[in-house]
Amino acid sequence: MATSNKINRRPFVATLLAQRGNALVIPGLGSPTWDCSAAGDSPEYLYSWGGMGLAVPTALGVALARPDRRVLALTGDGEMLMGIGSLGVVSAQGAKNLSILVLDNESFGETGRQTGLTSERADLCAVARGFGISRTMHVTEQGKADELASFLFKEEGPCFAVAKIALSEDPWSLPVKDGTAIARRFRIALGVEKA
Amino acid sequence: MTEETHWSDEVFREIKKREIDTVCTIPDGGLTRLLNLVKADRDMRLITLTTEEEGMGIVTGQWLGGKRSMIAMQSSGVGNCINALGLPAVMRAPCLMLVTMRGQWGEFNPWQVQMGQATRPVLEAVGVKCFPADDPKDVAPAFVGAADLAFQGGFSCAVLVSQQVIGAKGFGQK
Repeated sequence: MATSNKINRRPFVATLLAQRGNALVIPGLGSPTWDCSAAGDSPEYLYSWGGMGLAVPTALGVALARPDRRVLALTGDGEMLMGIGSLGVVSAQGAKNLSILVLDNESFGETGRQTGLTSERADLCAVARGFGISRTMHVTEQGKADELASFLFKEEGPCFAVAKIALSEDPWSLPVKDGTAIARRFRIALGVEKA
Repeated sequence: MTEETHWSDEVFREIKKREIDTVCTIPDGGLTRLLNLVKADRDMRLITLTTEEEGMGIVTGQWLGGKRSMIAMQSSGVGNCINALGLPAVMRAPCLMLVTMRGQWGEFNPWQVQMGQATRPVLEAVGVKCFPADDPKDVAPAFVGAADLAFQGGFSCAVLVSQQVIGAKGFGQK
């Protein structure tokens, strides 16, 4: 059951992001985006308000275009399952600079906490390995954040991790939602577009 | 149109001219020649997808990182992309699609017809600019128009290559 998950997502994500170095972060829609925004704004966060399933493909696109930078896709269990095939694409492309973290609360937290498919038998790390992503990490404790950060930002990718997070009531932390503004500042930060 | 000037060769030349270096695809029979040209080119990357909507994420991510890419698919795949097309649209990221039509002209397989007939209206309903090509000689000009509007203007553009160009698959039936 979801209630047995113990990791508190907001401080956990903040601890991870504090150790990202110059990694680019592609959060999925909803809570992962609010988590990034709550940890402190950065033009290197590509906030998302929609397009469920696209966090991993978008992060893959960025990672292939910028092999000089580490890229983290930060998503939830619902979005990961909707785009689960993208793990096969990531594996086939062998993106060495791409890491994926699934914040797994086993629920559709944004829409009323309906039970999700990872609450009982589905094992996302096993799925990732099945697609050929051999470096995986399954985290259930708050105190493992530093170890997870090292895995996500330093190991050769593609890396895939699941953090079993608690269902929580967090204050809203809504970032800018204009897609052109989010894209433009991200491209400026990467030197792709002029300020 | 002779073998030497097959539309796929012309489109490939335009792809190279524009420094599009990645093609994402769920293949179609009509795309075989073009996809083989991409695969054989050492400076290009062919990305095989599991579903076409992943392509919207990848091309948007590539553009964010300063690279040009596109998606090639058959018309049935367009149905998989509709919600995902919101991502490039909201960011004004160029999203260039080359779509080979099924279920449109002399189709043998009725299962292809619903999506084939709906491809253009559905794309236009979500704001994608469509560039149909009903004759082999029209494909490259349509591609040029679509690619330049996409990359210069930040639009989603689809080249729709008619089944009259590709040829309907007959499954050996009369």
